Order: sequence, then C-alpha cells, then structure tokens
Amino acid sequence: MAQTSQDQGAVGITDPDDDSPNMIAYRKIEEIITRLQDETEGVPVRTVKSFLSKIPSVVTGSDIVQWLMKNLNIEDPVEAIHIGSLIAAQGYIFPISDHVLTLKDDGTFYRFQAPYFWPSNCWEPENTDYAIYLCKRTMQNKTRLELADYEAENLARLQRAFARKWEFIFMQAEAQVKIDRKKDKTERKILDSQERAFWDVHRPVPGCVNTTEMDIRKCRRLKNPARVKKSVYGVVDDTHTQSPVHTPSQQINKDSKEDVEKEILFLNTQLDRHCMKMSKVAETLMSYTDQYLEYDPFLSVPDPSNPWIGDDVTFWEQEASKEPCQQRVKKWGFSLDEALKDPLGRDQFLKFLESEFSSENLLYWLAVQDLKCRPLQEVPARAQEIWQEFLAEGAPNAINLDSHSYERTSQNLKDPGRYSFEDAQDHIYKLMKSDSYPRFQRSNAYQDLLLARKKPETDQGRRTSLEKFTRSMGKSLTTKRLTGLMQSS
Amino acid sequence: MSELEQLRQEAEQLRHQIRDARKACSDSTLSQMTAGLDSVGRIQMRTRRTLRGHLAKIYAMHWGTDSRLLVSASQDGKLIIWDSYTTNKVMRRSSVVFSFILRYLSCCRFLDDGQIITSSGDTTCALWDIETGQQTTSFTGHTGDVMSLTVCPDSKAFVSGACDALAKLWDIRDGMCRQSFTGHVSDINAVCFFPNGNAFTTGSDDATCRLFDLRADQELMLYSHDNIICGITSVAFSKSGRLLLAGYDDFNCNVWDTLKGERAGINTCISFTLKSISALFQK
Repeated sequence: MAQTSQDQGAVGITDPDDDSPNMIAYRKIEEIITRLQDETEGVPVRTVKSFLSKIPSVVTGSDIVQWLMKNLNIEDPVEAIHIGSLIAAQGYIFPISDHVLTLKDDGTFYRFQAPYFWPSNCWEPENTDYAIYLCKRTMQNKTRLELADYEAENLARLQRAFARKWEFIFMQAEAQVKIDRKKDKTERKILDSQERAFWDVHRPVPGCVNTTEMDIRKCRRLKNPARVKKSVYGVVDDTHTQSPVHTPSQQINKDSKEDVEKEILFLNTQLDRHCMKMSKVAETLMSYTDQYLEYDPFLSVPDPSNPWIGDDVTFWEQEASKEPCQQRVKKWGFSLDEALKDPLGRDQFLKFLESEFSSENLLYWLAVQDLKCRPLQEVPARAQEIWQEFLAEGAPNAINLDSHSYERTSQNLKDPGRYSFEDAQDHIYKLMKSDSYPRFQRSNAYQDLLLARKKPETDQGRRTSLEKFTRSMGKSLTTKRLTGLMQSS
Repeated sequence: MSELEQLRQEAEQLRHQIRDARKACSDSTLSQMTAGLDSVGRIQMRTRRTLRGHLAKIYAMHWGTDSRLLVSASQDGKLIIWDSYTTNKVMRRSSVVFSFILRYLSCCRFLDDGQIITSSGDTTCALWDIETGQQTTSFTGHTGDVMSLTVCPDSKAFVSGACDALAKLWDIRDGMCRQSFTGHVSDINAVCFFPNGNAFTTGSDDATCRLFDLRADQELMLYSHDNIICGITSVAFSKSGRLLLAGYDDFNCNVWDTLKGERAGINTCISFTLKSISALFQK
C-alpha cells in the first residue's frame, strides 16, 4: 500500500481556513481522539491474545464508553454511546470484526483509524480505487480478508463497469499486494483493518447511513473544486478526462467604492436606531413566556387533554367550535394582536366597536389587510373601493385621519399598490390599541365572556345603552362601579 | 490615502460606534436575568406517529394551520399531504418545478394565499406573486447561500440565515435589509421567530443555536455544549417560546430552555430514514 510514503503529505492536520461545513465537527472529534490515544490519560490500547494468534492494538467498547463518561463529563452511558457512535460513523474508530460502524458498550474490540485515512483529508475516493481494493482482497488467501456478500456484489458490478480497463486495475491490485507483503505481519493486520474501515465509511454497508454524503446544497462549495482527486493508492489515472469545472461566479468580493458607500449608509441607519436595554428585553421575554405558559402543550396539560397523548380530540373540536372556552377568551385580553388573530375574538371586538360607533376603524384595518393579500391584478380596483368606502368625501364608513396621513394616502393612490394604505392603517391600529381596545378589555361584554357568565350571542342592546349612559356620566367610572350599577339596574 | 481607503476607515469607525452602542445597552445578560427562574425540568418526548410513504430522504415539512395536516417534500420528487393524526395520506403530488431561480431553492414560506417568499443558493431572497408567477421584490445583501427564512408574526418582515454566518432582517414592503446579526462562525442552516415577533433563533454548522433580539440588536443567548459536535439543521419554538427545539446532524433533537440556556431534554431519532428534522411545531 502506498500509505506510508504518503503519510507525511496527507496527515490530517486541518487547515484552519478550510470552510467545509464538516470541518468544525472533524476538528472537535480529532481533539477527542487525540486525548483518547494519549499514553497516560487515554484508553488502554493493548495486544490481546486470542486463539492461536494475537490481536494487536485494540481497546474494548466499554473502555471507550467509560473514558468518554469520565473525560467528557457525561452522566448517561446512552449519551456516551451516542457520541462514540458518531465518532465511529465518521471512521475515527472502528470495530475490528464488523463493517457496521457503531460503538457498543461491551467487550467488542475497537481500533483507531490512521490519520492518513481521516475524513478531514477530504477524501473522495473514486470507484477505480474501490475496485483496486476489492480486487486485491480476493488475491490474498486469508479468511479475514474474504469479501462480504455486498462487497462481492460491488466487485461484480465494478467488473462490468470497468470491463475495458480491468487489466489495469488488476495490475494495480497486484502491485499493492506486493507492497503489502513486504510489511511486518502485525503491522499488516493493523493497516488492513484501517483500510477496510476507510472503505466502510466511503462505501458503507447497504442500510447504513453514508456519513460522507454532504448536504446536496453545500456540495458546490467544496474547497478547490479544480483539484485533481487524489487516489488512495497513488494511482494516476490518465484515462480519466478532466471535465470542465464550473467555477462559482461569486468571487471573494473586492469591495468597490459603491459597496463601501452602501455599507456606510446601512451602518448609519444602524447607529440611529434606538437600542433597547438587555434587562428590559429579558423582562419582556420572561413575561411573554410566563403569560403563554398555559397555552404551551409541552409545559401545561391542555384542557381537557392532549389529543396526541390518548385518543381524545375534544381539544381540537373546541378550537374549531363557535363557543370559545375561557382560556381562549382570556387570550384576547393579552393584546390587540391576539384579539384580532382569533376570528371569534375579532367578531367580539367588532361588536364592541359597533356599540361605540367606531367600527369603521376595524373594518378599514381588515379591508387593508385583505388588500395586501389580493392578486396584483385586483389591487387597483380594490384600492379604489377602499378609498370610496373609508376615505373619500361622504364615505359611508369614514375613518378619522389626521390631514398629513390623509394627504400621503391620496398621493399613494395615484399609483395604487398593496401598501398604499399601510401608513393610514398603522395610524388606525395605534388608535384602536390605545383607545378602543383597553375599553373593550374593561367592557361588560368581554368581562362576561371571561368570567363565563354569559355566552357570546346575548342581547347586546341592553348593555349598549347602559354603557352609553355610564360613559356620558364621565370616564372616571371604574369597572367595579360599573358592575355595581348593573346589579342595581 | 485613497478615497476607497478613507471610506473603509469611515465604515470601520461606524462599526466601532455601533459596537459601543450595543455594549452600552448590555446592562445585563439574559442568563443573569433568568438565574432565579425555575427550570423547566426534564422534557421527555416520545414519538407519537410515524408517517411512512416517502421513498427517499425527506428534506422539508410544514404544518397546516389546523395543527393536524402537514406537508412533506422528499428527494423522490414527491410532496405528500398527511393527516398526521390518522397517518393517512390526504394527497400526493409530484413537485411542480418553478424554474425562475438559477440556483437551488433552499426554503419557501407563504406570506398569504397569494404571495410566497423564497430563499436561494444564489444569495438572494425573493417575494413572488403566485398568480402571475412574477417576482415582486428581491432581497439582496447576503454574500453566501441563503439557507432558511422565517416570517415575522406581523407579516411585515422576515429573517434570513445564510452561509455567510449572518442573519438579516428584511422589510417585505421595500426590500431593504433593516438589521444584520453577527455571532455565528459558520453556515446558518435554520432560523425561526420567537412567538412575540421581537426575537429569533438560529441554528448553525458551528454546533450552536443562538437567540437574537431585534430591539437589542444583538445576540442574547448561546445554546451549546462541549459534547455537541454536529451542526444544527432545523429549529423551532414551543407555543410559549420557553422551549427551543433543535434538530442536529447526528439525528438528535435537543430541547433547550430558551430563557436559561440549559438543555432540557434529548430525543434520539432511532430510525435512520429521517436525515433532518424540520421545524415541527403545532401552531
């Protein structure tokens, strides 16, 4: 095997500039592997006497698991096995008697892979190399080198595929066998197993995951695509034509003046932005998660039960029904957004606004939301309709806009688009949020639903007139006093 | 000094000022603020359903608004819509090819019934009008393949994550990049908004997830562990945002306490047929 002579050139010292997505993972694994192999702090690697021969340079699976648990501070052996299996799947350690690369927590023997074969060397071995490998295995009369079924099938397939250059492959295999024979018996045992483990990674047993398969989307970015793929056995394949490589069009950007000017513009807007204090941000996150905790099926048991645990789908049926449960009504009170998100909440809010004679605001808001979703062709016509209904002089549902927003909007309509009404919409939204919505939260209609005193389809008339009455008495009435008034009426 | 040099210096100065401004806002960290919070305890999850039917790797999936229907897309060229509760297939279609983009399409999200946002390997994102098939807006600025996007709950903006290790916030209306978030050291594969719409999480090949806040304009939390070696392929939040679920390249799904930054659970995908667990949250 040409391995030793190429050792110096191809040892897996990873290039820090290499941007292959897997490199970060390889570096971490290699760190662990180095520690595992440490003479004093690593696992005990020894030669084991077996039957008539000796098994050189092995360590048991359980030794590795124990070491991982101790040195990586892992409490659960399952986790240690998981990491160990990951390291094995990548080919850094391997079981000496199995093609399947996983770690077992028992007396199974494992060996370390030679750095020459490490995945960080970015091997992409060709089928010619694989053919040479399988071929040479059949030339050596050793039971431990016999081909497994799937390997025999692979060999047959390769013989058919490379029919015309099989003589070349055969010769290469013979050459490899000759080189191997010169090596010390023990050394050969180790090298043979390492070579086999290498192929177990790159040509895995059917049914095993091929860890060398990269995300198809990232394959394009492999470093140095024009590089000639190096052969495991140092074979220079002159019959392999170099196909033209598509060099990626995005070169390292040589910043032009425009690029930097654009960036300066961007940075200036960033600087102008008001940054919120971390403590405040943290508080809002905490209060949000706290408020919604009861709506999170992973943290609270849904009422009546989680449909995924057990067979009861009542929870979903409730969600779909017209009669909202208390928990759902409660959510409408969290924010205007929540009320508007839920169709039932929206209806209730609309009803409330009708009672206050300010429903045009919500109707406008809804119309503009709808406009934003319309197909482009329908937009101009729909925009006109919205103008006529809400903004034009004598509009049936006239909304109250300040003159500035009004001007802006009518300007926008000269070239109507999906976002022509957005500024006005924001204005109306803020109005509802600060004015109508808090009153909705305090309203009897909402409070009744919240406290499950009445169902949604009640007679609104009585409430409405009472509310008008109480409002005319002054806005300082609190809910309590309102309730008191109601009870007495 | 050439004009270009001067401009570069100006840009560098601005960057310093922005960094200082961010530091000035860092009166605390999220970990410090949540130190006294009760931990969520151990989150144990079990496989509730297995949906069989695809013939090759499943690259993406998404839930319907009813929290029962979901659609999955596979390398076998098929899209299947499932009733996840009964595991019945509702519909099976061959993927329709939209050949408007020259590189691969990494992610797409419906904005509404008529518009869809896509992210692509050509470093841009785009907003499309479905009926006319036209590109309404283009979002350029990333210098690496854009791998994923997440739409803000108010539908006015979205965040993209790319192989240039940046996450960017875009205004859907005018196509401008509003904010750019640094922190990751390798490709960002997945992004997801926090339910309040003011923060988002990212998952990267650097084996970490991070939480970024729009108003603080910086990273709030890092979710990582020495023993986590692989990159993250997908991320999602639970309904309250308290739990962050992340799918890893080693077939694990780790559950993180979003606020405290601790790991709350590990779920191993035993079957090897699913290579990436996409954002899988019921609404």
